[in-house]
Amino acid sequence: MNKTQGNDVIVRISDVDKSFDGERVVKKLNLDVERGEFLTMLGPSGCGKTTTLRMIAGFEVPTSGQIFLEGEDVDDKKPYERNVNTVFQNYALFPHMNVFDNIAFGLVEKKVKKDEIRRRVEEMIRLVQLDGMEKRMPAQMSGGQKQRVAIARALVNRPKVLLLDEPLGALDLKLRKQMQGELKALQRRLGITFIYVTHDQEEALTMSDRIAVMNRGRLEQVGTPEQVYNHPETKFVADFIGESNIIEGYVENMTEDSIEVTMESGKAVIPETGYRMEEMVYLCIRPENLKISTEEKEGFRFRGQVREHIFIGSTNKTMIEMPNGQMLKSVTPAEDELIPTGTTVNVYWNPGKAVVMRTKEEQIYNVIEQSVEIEGMRNDQIF
Amino acid sequence: MIRSFKKRIGALVTVGPTMLWLGLFLMIPLVYVIGMSFLTKNAYGGVDFKFTLSNYSALFSKEYVKVFADSLWLSLETTIICLIVGYPFAYIIANAPKKWKPALVLLLMLPFWTNSLIRTYGWNTLLRTEGIINHFLQGIGLIDKPLNMLYTDGAVLLGMVYALLPFTVLPLHTSIEKLDKSLLEASSDLGASRVHTFIRVILPLTMPGIFAGSIQTFIPSLGFFFISDMMGGAKTMYIGNLIKNQFLSARNWPLGAVLSIVLIVITLVLMKLYTRVGSLEDMA
Ligand SMILES: Nc1ncnc2c1ncn2[C@@H]1O[C@H](COP(=O)(O)OP(=O)(O)OP(=O)(O)O)[C@@H](O)[C@H]1O
Ligand SMILES: [Mg+2]
Repeated sequence: MNKTQGNDVIVRISDVDKSFDGERVVKKLNLDVERGEFLTMLGPSGCGKTTTLRMIAGFEVPTSGQIFLEGEDVDDKKPYERNVNTVFQNYALFPHMNVFDNIAFGLVEKKVKKDEIRRRVEEMIRLVQLDGMEKRMPAQMSGGQKQRVAIARALVNRPKVLLLDEPLGALDLKLRKQMQGELKALQRRLGITFIYVTHDQEEALTMSDRIAVMNRGRLEQVGTPEQVYNHPETKFVADFIGESNIIEGYVENMTEDSIEVTMESGKAVIPETGYRMEEMVYLCIRPENLKISTEEKEGFRFRGQVREHIFIGSTNKTMIEMPNGQMLKSVTPAEDELIPTGTTVNVYWNPGKAVVMRTKEEQIYNVIEQSVEIEGMRNDQIF
Repeated sequence: MIRSFKKRIGALVTVGPTMLWLGLFLMIPLVYVIGMSFLTKNAYGGVDFKFTLSNYSALFSKEYVKVFADSLWLSLETTIICLIVGYPFAYIIANAPKKWKPALVLLLMLPFWTNSLIRTYGWNTLLRTEGIINHFLQGIGLIDKPLNMLYTDGAVLLGMVYALLPFTVLPLHTSIEKLDKSLLEASSDLGASRVHTFIRVILPLTMPGIFAGSIQTFIPSLGFFFISDMMGGAKTMYIGNLIKNQFLSARNWPLGAVLSIVLIVITLVLMKLYTRVGSLEDMA
């Protein structure tokens, strides 16, 4: 037995690698999950989220590395010996058992007394608002109801950690929103650690205490929703979470407290330090921070042409074409006055609103490979 | 008009041959057997065209009731042993790596494609008093006198199980293969050991396969006369032997026909039960 480290880390994933038939699916994963937190693993399809979850649950064995539950190495522990429960991607309700028996399954295994089983199951049924459905069979239930049964079946065992694999994936938008709120409230109330897998970035942003952004089997960034949204550390994170204008450039000049970045379509002064001359960088500006004006702005020589206005409810999205052909997006409140299409405008942003990222070799490599996947994800985004 | 005519031609072309086949080889013999069952046997082993119900009342004589009881009992034993032996087989095949599966199913089916008489003879050479097993056991000094294995009820049971095992395994295999693997993981996740997962999840969910396998074993086992002939030495009489004897040695065709009809009725009832449960399954 291998005791490690502090008391509030409940799950520790240490240098975990997983290969299937020689193909590395999870690469050198390191992650600490704290007791009672809602941690979301977010990433595009096939990036290894489910595989990671399955290793924590014990359905897959890491090719190398270790997993600790409450400080204990669980390498040789079978799933039924681990104090974690899973809500499966497809619910996996037992079709031959009614709602009550499904939820009671784990308690029966633990040899809990009959009347206590009854009490706890009924309490759970009330908690997930399935009152009166005890006798229903899974085949007679809607997706949302099955979902609740699956959650109740896991929670009734009072696990230390609850693993949820895209539990809302099969639900329609409205129900999904409702369940998101309910799940989050449930987690707060019970204080159980949730490790939640999704590829829906909005879901991750609204529900999580922390988000672990995963890509191609690696962790790109772990941080609070605010951190990953406002301070993405890699281009992938910037692009995957929310919409972004990502502009390539290099450091041409620097002063004591700022750098001047030259891009294909112009120049901008940015109040950042710590970069080398000639260093390649990405600028990441959220559409709501990108502004346009017919007047010159100090520190910017960055001009494009207004191409299109798209009305999206309470906001307007303006597309600006830059001289090199790149389209930039600017989102403004709907009541703001619009600059007519065809007008040549100065593009700018408020100091501090652009995130500068180094283009490490590794990142560039990833970016090229992922661009296809990212395109695919776009449609799911809410903006 | 022309369309519906064309449709009819189409239907005739597709269904016609099947109907012809069924008519020739099923309906005509069936009508023949039913007709025969009401005729009177004459002294020379032929039949007289004289209506009688005596063949049916003969059924209720003690010895025939015993034959039916023995037969049903033997079939039941066969089916149960086939299930116990076949389930692990089916489970292993269903969970084998993909590339192995066809080979395993082939191994299971292989005996099917050799003549069943020859296979039964094979058992004879193994089991007889001067057979291979007795030679071996005497050789290593485990026994002094050869064991009396062939021509016992046990030998018949062995032969039946051997011949019918594939009938049990195939439906079981289909049912186990359909089992959603994530249910087994869910069971394990909720704290169930392998044994408990088997009892609480796998067994109930493969019930349709167990049922189908039982019926598909039970029905043919009722009519397998040559195994009890060859391995039981015709000591105990079963329905199959009785029918065969009525037609061949006793030359009492009407009685043979009646016995056949009883067998057919038993089969039909079981088939009905089978499809009934099958359709219940589909609804669930
Ligand atoms: N049992 C397995 N055998 C072989 N390859 C596997 C196996 N399980 C997963 N993989 C591969 O590992 C990669 C990651 O799969 P995983 O299921 O972890 O992705 P995911 O992030 O959960 O994706 P999604 O969002 O689509 O559920 C995929 O390329 C998948 O094909
Ligand atoms: Mg997945």
